[in-house]
Amino acid sequence: MKLWTTLTEPILRQNPVTLQILGICSALAVTTTLAAAITMSLCLTAVLVAASGIISTIRKHLPSSIRLIVQIIIVASLVIVVDQILQAFFFEMSQRLSVYVSLIATNCVVLGRTESFALHNKPLSSMTDALGNGLGYSLILIIIGSVRELFGHGTLLGYSVLPTVEQGGWFEPLPLMLLAPSAFFLLGGLVWLIRSLMPKQVETPEHKLVPAEEVPG
Amino acid sequence: MGDWNPIRLWRSILALPNESRTKTIAVAFLVSIICAAMVTGATVILRPIQAQNRAMEQQARLETLLAEIPGLSEILANSEGSALSTVVVDLRRAEASTEVTPATLETAMADTANWTELSPQEDIAGLGSRADLKQIYLLRGPDDGVKLAILPISGTGYGGPIEAMIAIGDNMTTVSALAIMSHSETPGLGARIDEPAWRQQFVGKPIADETGTPRLSVARGRATTEFEVDAITGATRTNNAITRMLQFWLGPRGYGPTLDAIRRGDF
Repeated sequence: MKLWTTLTEPILRQNPVTLQILGICSALAVTTTLAAAITMSLCLTAVLVAASGIISTIRKHLPSSIRLIVQIIIVASLVIVVDQILQAFFFEMSQRLSVYVSLIATNCVVLGRTESFALHNKPLSSMTDALGNGLGYSLILIIIGSVRELFGHGTLLGYSVLPTVEQGGWFEPLPLMLLAPSAFFLLGGLVWLIRSLMPKQVETPEHKLVPAEEVPG
Repeated sequence: MGDWNPIRLWRSILALPNESRTKTIAVAFLVSIICAAMVTGATVILRPIQAQNRAMEQQARLETLLAEIPGLSEILANSEGSALSTVVVDLRRAEASTEVTPATLETAMADTANWTELSPQEDIAGLGSRADLKQIYLLRGPDDGVKLAILPISGTGYGGPIEAMIAIGDNMTTVSALAIMSHSETPGLGARIDEPAWRQQFVGKPIADETGTPRLSVARGRATTEFEVDAITGATRTNNAITRMLQFWLGPRGYGPTLDAIRRGDF
């Protein structure tokens, strides 16, 4: 039961992207098509689960002075392995994702989870937590990826959904959807939507605006 | 010390307090070794598959390029199965290299002597230095004359390097096709250089004027002269990069002399 909560909590209520605003760099960069978003999500989830498992296993013998660098080495090595596998078996996709797979190593979601959870918990619950966070990240990427591909190309996973003008249909693709700013807008909208539905997620403002002073004269 | 039994050694390391210097070094060392083995293993095992993928992609793109050239199938049919020949050309002397073959090209390119440093004025395509040896493809007609030359060209675009292949035919005066092999331009804007509709515009364009100066370019907006093609809206830097790339590689520091040699019948 506790494992189930660990797994489902990060999907919506503690979502790493929309609540903690972590890992948004890749969420912007690889979501131009749904296929790329799904591949990226799978890679990140795989790396996150494996890294959490390894780090949680050796957590009791990890000197705190070199704790961070050891975690980064493990994450980076796993990322290289995943990248090599992609290049060997999913060559076309790896060409499209270019450097963003390697950049999983610097994704805050990964280090955030290993540092705050895997270092203090048993391997099984760490891996469950990692899987939950991976799924939470994937959910956001897949939503943004679908919207961007649908309105940017009129397709989903390469299949034509909205027939574009070029193919004799009626839909005029929105080039803005293919550029990074659109991912910002969509992500912002998504954060807004989730926080309106779950007011608990709204952060308390850190600063209060001082009312403007009346200028005499 | 003196006890080198591995199991007892292992246990004694594990039993050390985490903050001790020995354990810190031991953990760092072990993690590095294991990670290094993992990365090396993956790279070495998967490299042959990756190399094959890359070669297949190049081949597929070359075939797409050939399929887009009008009338090529007739030439191929008439020439009785004489397919494309691969030639390594030495750009310094504008002739086929005698020592280097396509198989040994990669080794030869590792030698800096086979690269020419370009001065900032010459380096319009943003290459830094130019490879002196280039693998080109020649298609010969029934009379053994070169009907078509396919030349790899490259340059620096807005988002990174652009690699392309240009096919030149009609006595080395006009473009028969242009294919983009790889690029990292902005999706929806500069990345449209890869769209067939845009690339098709190059077909039949003369590459140089009467004086032999390369004139082929991407216009600013709509094409106005016979040497220009329409620009891609919103991708000025990509358009400029393509223009510079074409001007460099068709010019005196690129394939200019080689194309002259082919016209004279030296190949």
